[in-house]
Amino acid sequence: MGERSFSRDARYWTVPVYRDEGVVLRTHKLGEADRIVTLLTREHGKVRAVAKGVRRTGSKFGARLEPFMVADLQLYEGRSLDVINQAETLASYGALIAADYASYTAATVMVETADKLTESEGSLQQYLLLVGALRALSRHDHDATLILDSYLLRSLSLAGWAPSFFDCARCQAPGPHQHMVVQLGGVVCDACSPPGSPRLEPSVITLLAALLTGDWAAADASDDSLRSRASGVVAAYTQWHLERGLRSLIHVSRERAQ
Amino acid sequence: MYEGIVQELIDEFGRLPGIGPKSAQRIAFHILQTETFDVTRLAELLTEVREKVHFCEICGNVAEQPTCSICRDPRRNPASICVVEEAKDVVAIERTREFRGLYHVLGGAISPIDGVGPDDLRIRQLMQRLADGVVQEVIIATDPNLEGEATATYLSRLLTALEIRVTRLASGLPVGGDLEYADEVTLGRAFEGRTVVSR
Repeated sequence: MGERSFSRDARYWTVPVYRDEGVVLRTHKLGEADRIVTLLTREHGKVRAVAKGVRRTGSKFGARLEPFMVADLQLYEGRSLDVINQAETLASYGALIAADYASYTAATVMVETADKLTESEGSLQQYLLLVGALRALSRHDHDATLILDSYLLRSLSLAGWAPSFFDCARCQAPGPHQHMVVQLGGVVCDACSPPGSPRLEPSVITLLAALLTGDWAAADASDDSLRSRASGVVAAYTQWHLERGLRSLIHVSRERAQ
Repeated sequence: MYEGIVQELIDEFGRLPGIGPKSAQRIAFHILQTETFDVTRLAELLTEVREKVHFCEICGNVAEQPTCSICRDPRRNPASICVVEEAKDVVAIERTREFRGLYHVLGGAISPIDGVGPDDLRIRQLMQRLADGVVQEVIIATDPNLEGEATATYLSRLLTALEIRVTRLASGLPVGGDLEYADEVTLGRAFEGRTVVSR
């Protein structure tokens, strides 16, 4: 972000204006008609900004700043929060996602995860991953829970918590291994596994690896029971590494898109 | 900082939604300085409103009796129920004088990120109201935002199984506005919901 500068010619402090594209993570009501919009931007990381008057029915850009929308934004720096003064839609995923309840609940978990994983430093990869996942959800490219689980594993990997689903996560002994210990970062060998650690079926581990690497042919071929068990592992892995629980995770609908 | 009870009064006003410290101070001094201001009446009303007003047992609207005036009104059409998020929305729709049916207030919209799921809303009570077969149409009038749309999707999926006509309020251009200033999302919705005026 630019710094405030004193223009000798103008004799006034100039307000730094910057432009970026971002995806809306969530919104909060502010005052009578304003909203605080939390955005994951391409270059400026996570930004919290005020959108003035957007709750009025006549607002010019209220619809462009709904969650899951991707917009080209112009903002200026405020004292505590930045202020959005222009927004143009780049991609409108909100309506398509809200039209399918399973996609909606999956998308809310994604944006909550992105909100917790990212801070003010820019993360282009996290931004592109989230936009790609929302696009896949809006198009119903795959089952919503598969897209969600793949997103969670990949976003955690980008944040430095890549799980291991083949070699031992502790001693790197070549796999395959079956003991899943989320606290140790994935599957571990017999020697490293703490007493009582659960064994996963090889098919579940194969699905988890497919979700992490983006092997959609293998992921799409899995059955509901397998997906449900894999989702349980992904949820436990995510909650452990984020330290704080994801509020939206318990509301995820596992119904298939119509 | 003021002394004692004056500061306490300012602090209490400051707790109300939409009232900042400056506004709280202004209200407190208005009460102190204006002789015509009836403080007793205000104090009585505040106490009364807490004691008398609660939520309608049938629809969830605010009411002074166990049921609200709309649910008690025999002239209202019981075959049509309009589902809204908040009691404030009932007032907004009543101002239109277009709707003569009954209401059902959900108490919010589904918002998993805020920890609000379907079980936290009055959806179960709605399903109970629909069980007797009297209701022929459910009009979903949740807010035209993401949470409102997702709530509408969830409700329509539940209600389809009951074979009741389910409708959603139209979205589109505000009356008195200019087309050129409409955003593409709203304009797109207006196109989707266009009506035939002539063949």
